[in-house]
Amino acid sequence: MSSKHKHAHPPSEVELKVKALESLLIEKGLIDPLALDELIDIYEHRVGPQNGAQVVARAWCDSDYLHRLLDNATEAIREFGFEGRQGEDMVVLENTPTVHNMVVCTLCSCYPWPVLGLPPVWYKSAPYRARAVSEPRSVLAEFGVELSEDVEIRVWDSTAEVRYLVIPMRPEGTENLSESELAELVTRDSMIGTGLALSPEVIQ
Amino acid sequence: MKGAHDLGGKTGLGPIAPEKDEPVFHHEWEKRAFAITVACGFLGKWNLDMARYAREQMPDPEYLASTYYEKWAHGLSLLLVEKGLLTEEEIRERMSEISNGDS
Repeated sequence: MSSKHKHAHPPSEVELKVKALESLLIEKGLIDPLALDELIDIYEHRVGPQNGAQVVARAWCDSDYLHRLLDNATEAIREFGFEGRQGEDMVVLENTPTVHNMVVCTLCSCYPWPVLGLPPVWYKSAPYRARAVSEPRSVLAEFGVELSEDVEIRVWDSTAEVRYLVIPMRPEGTENLSESELAELVTRDSMIGTGLALSPEVIQ
Repeated sequence: MKGAHDLGGKTGLGPIAPEKDEPVFHHEWEKRAFAITVACGFLGKWNLDMARYAREQMPDPEYLASTYYEKWAHGLSLLLVEKGLLTEEEIRERMSEISNGDS
């Protein structure tokens, strides 16, 4: 049992259930305890929005790459070695001066793990899932994003199969930045569509 | 028929309240719940849609009041029992053993 951490209070029902399931599954040889630690390490430390940011930065710099992404995102993303679980069928959505894309999973929490890691709590929350499709502008306002009225907002509902990555608009004043400097401007929220890429002054 | 999970367009659920600098996991048990769920997925006994369906079997008020990984733990437990990999009795027994400090 991994019970080294301290409890300030008696374990909750769900904590007990998770511990019970883990110990029974290991005992029966159904899961490998080392694989569990590896999975946690991968998604806590190694896979996250920094992956998607590299994809976006390259798309901004290299129009051939952008075309490959638009043509077959799963293949183009694989060029970075980002692939697999919960990203088997990727679609990229390119923001333009007239179209802003935003991604939700109204039924649960479908999210492109290989490029963004695990979803934040708000993405999985009832208010976001409910409101993203019916009132995207007020949702964006809660994230501090205001778009001009003539910008069309397209909301994409993810499924168990298809996962989306938004390519935010490249900020102005970034002509002289390298691909890796550009990647620092690409936030998680900008790739979900609830944010915009940062302006270069922010990171200087 | 249960429908709490079908949230698109529902009203009255309040603000979104994104957390600043949110950690990947909020509690140690969430990491374990995540890892055992993904690892059990590799057993090939169910697919993602079946896993989601299992989570949706919670009564509506409980579904809406539960956190994400509480739903995962609930769904996983249901699937393991349904597929005959574990029984409800052994899960309950193990929970009380752990609670009493026997395990």
